[in-house]
Amino acid sequence: MAKLPASVEKIIDKYGPHKAYPPQSGFEGSHEPDKLVKTHCCYCGMQCGIQLKVKDNKIAGFEPWMEFPFNEGRLCPKGVQRYMQNNHPDRLMDPIQRVEGAGFEPISWEQAMSKTISEIKRIQAKYGNDAFAMLSGVSLTNEKSYMIGKFARVALKTANLDYNGRLCMVSAGGGNKKAFGLDRASNSWADLKHAEVILVAGANISETFPTLTHYIWQARDKGAKLIVVDPRVIPLARTADLHLPVKPGGDSALFGAILKIMVDNDWIDHDFINNHTSGFEEAIEAVKDYDLDWAEKTTGIPKEQILEAATLWGKAKSSFLLHARGIEHHSKGVENVLSCINIVLASGRIGKPYCGYGTITGQGNGQGGREHGHKCDQLPGNRDITNPEHRKYISEVWGIDEKDMPGKGLTAYEQIEAIHRGEIKGMISICFNPLVSLPNNNFVREALEKLEFYICIDTFLSETARHADIVMAGSLHEEEDGTVTTAEGRVVRINEAVSPPGNTRRDGQILMEIADRLGVGDKFNYPTSEDIFNELRVASKGGTADYFGITYKKVVDNMGVFWPCPSEDHPGTPRLWEDRKFKTSDGKAHFNPVSYRPPAERTDKEYPILLTTGRVVSQYLSGTSTRRIGKLVDQYPEPLLEIHPKLAFQYGIEDRDMIKVITRRGEAEFPAQIVETIREDTVFIPYHWGGKQSANQLTIGTLDPVSKIPEFKVCACQLIVTGKKSTQELTDTAYQSYT
Amino acid sequence: MPETNYNHEMAFFVDMQRCIGCHACEMACAECETNGQESMIHVNYVNRAVSTQTTVQVCMHCEDPTCANVCPADAIHQDDFGVVHTANTSRCIGCSNCVLACPFGVPKKEEKAELMMKCNMCYDRTSVGKKPMCATVCPSQALFYGTVKEIEEMRPDSVPVNSFKFGNQEVKTKVNVMMPKGTHTLIVE
Repeated sequence: MAKLPASVEKIIDKYGPHKAYPPQSGFEGSHEPDKLVKTHCCYCGMQCGIQLKVKDNKIAGFEPWMEFPFNEGRLCPKGVQRYMQNNHPDRLMDPIQRVEGAGFEPISWEQAMSKTISEIKRIQAKYGNDAFAMLSGVSLTNEKSYMIGKFARVALKTANLDYNGRLCMVSAGGGNKKAFGLDRASNSWADLKHAEVILVAGANISETFPTLTHYIWQARDKGAKLIVVDPRVIPLARTADLHLPVKPGGDSALFGAILKIMVDNDWIDHDFINNHTSGFEEAIEAVKDYDLDWAEKTTGIPKEQILEAATLWGKAKSSFLLHARGIEHHSKGVENVLSCINIVLASGRIGKPYCGYGTITGQGNGQGGREHGHKCDQLPGNRDITNPEHRKYISEVWGIDEKDMPGKGLTAYEQIEAIHRGEIKGMISICFNPLVSLPNNNFVREALEKLEFYICIDTFLSETARHADIVMAGSLHEEEDGTVTTAEGRVVRINEAVSPPGNTRRDGQILMEIADRLGVGDKFNYPTSEDIFNELRVASKGGTADYFGITYKKVVDNMGVFWPCPSEDHPGTPRLWEDRKFKTSDGKAHFNPVSYRPPAERTDKEYPILLTTGRVVSQYLSGTSTRRIGKLVDQYPEPLLEIHPKLAFQYGIEDRDMIKVITRRGEAEFPAQIVETIREDTVFIPYHWGGKQSANQLTIGTLDPVSKIPEFKVCACQLIVTGKKSTQELTDTAYQSYT
Repeated sequence: MPETNYNHEMAFFVDMQRCIGCHACEMACAECETNGQESMIHVNYVNRAVSTQTTVQVCMHCEDPTCANVCPADAIHQDDFGVVHTANTSRCIGCSNCVLACPFGVPKKEEKAELMMKCNMCYDRTSVGKKPMCATVCPSQALFYGTVKEIEEMRPDSVPVNSFKFGNQEVKTKVNVMMPKGTHTLIVE
């Protein structure tokens, strides 16, 4: 029974999202806090250093942390306001259970635990172990991510564990493993500062990683050329030397054409290609017909601009290529990534100072959380759950029989499909709000409604948690010790600033108790987070993501350590591949042939407009935290439909007109924002909201065949002018969910 | 004037080209308890219909502050370091002369409080050797607090300008605007 237990209005009235603001004169103690705790922001992959002010076990404000080397005090609006999630009136202070017709009622931990255990046992006895699945998230620390990988396999004994990184950078991970045999940005961000050419593809850096902007601007102060590939003139592109307004879905065609131009003009590093790579001939064979006319037609970018970009890139002495979800959220996300890597390898500009490449991981621990067994096919150290040697090693670390280690499970969206097929009957989730963040979310909601038992660990009642039978009141980022690994591969220390309030518990404690009640408490005996980390170090030893030489002390003393770090006397590795020893089977970097193929859904007469989705600077992911922080909500209160004036004119659309957007999967209404900063054939909606204003009612669930990432970034839609103007009332109902 | 660690060489620089419109400066400014959750710095789109270009307006801390000159209650004080302070609450009569007279449009009258409020360059922070909050957090460093020498070394393609001409009025400010090389004065016709 995972249907909503009461009307959505009733649930929202009690559990929010409500907007919280600081008192006019600040929180009590903000001027004279008991202590300042050095930690990191709870949001994106930059993991900016920040100090939290603590008074009487409550967060009273923040103070910039000037010494932390990545951000030196700099923060974005989310970082400035991140402390406001603490002491929030919407916070779940007790475990709660659904009560049909009434909503939710508080229950004791004993009731929550005993019901949970009996339902797990009932479902697994009746339908098999894999019928109970787990979904997790990588806003969690390395310690929790590692423990969840072990918890699912050892305590739940299920193959079906996956995580919200599946919606993040798995295409980049897949591409990096194919090309380099290792999944990490190749350089620290410091290498950006002196790069001669910086190419940013599908990364809205100034809104989603604002503090990284400084590094790019510093490079430009030294004369760097900036090329931005994006269907929109994002803030970073406004002053770029070259903005390539790629048609959604055209990325691999662009990079294929650039590779061909590089080869035709001999702007390639023959020594590097000959000595340190393989597959070059196949890669250029795949793009031999990608001339400029074809490229212009396929990418929607004027050919002069493509040539100029290829010339800048081809002739550069140093360079850095960055990409993010814009090219990764595609049914060919891995191919897009590989097409980028091909032009990096052809240039030979990698593993040298100011020569870099990397994906910009989105979530706070998107890097570390994807390395240590959080994924359905993975074991710690970025090991493979289907590899007999890897299974044997981890089984030994975990003290289990290798035969009891489950196999490869289903990815996040495939789990939703499996619920529809009746194969998954029960679920536990933590740190994941799929009802907002997965595509085609009416389909997701119907799946949640089919579950026999759904338990959610969360701090707020998210849109997804509203469907739970039991919600366990877990801990916020600032309430539990640990480490995270930033987008540049730097392991940093998260310090517990306050203890969990009231009847809430640390996530780790909750998982350990469930494990204990499932009879494997001896395998989850961790008095401190450092004990978990020390086990993680051993479990990762010898894997590609090797943390063995990293200790808490070393992390604190050095303000972060870059993995791989195989021994305690090893300083860590900010820049990969200086030794040219790639982690592939032949030790070489691999070119991969990439032939362009179109997106899963193309425009036609019925659905003539391209729809793409993305983010705004004041919101983070599905908004479970940031849609509750008043000032962040007020900055951009509701999702707007960005539309070019020429397209708007065709439909007779004026600013703030309510436009119904319809796709083959759903429909929703958004106020129009008419801007010249978007392609004429494309509309854009940010996705952070749930319910009626969720852009993911419209997006398509087609997955990349390798990474299983959904195609959030392109589908076909039609636009209907409703005749209504946007009003404040409409804004106020933005958070309502379907009943 | 109490003894402070205020560094006379430090100056404030605004570079609109670097601004990404994120509003971190406003969020951080409003956190200061003396501001009562109101920001004293303002970020606005120039024209969102055509561009994401934003402007940042902070008090320019004029050498000869018009706001103080037109104040009938003598509520606006300029200290020895050139910082023009927000109106003294015990003197301000809420007349809005300063609001109307400021060539940069900086002071805002807080209708609820019947008081003029404006930036005092985080005197509580700058007087103890810290940077103002907005320039500390600014993720693009469109707002920078440091010395002229530092910024000239870091950003060789632009120059700090602190001389403005509004019609016949010439204004020199403590806050600099970064402009293309060769610019000496910003002229507003």
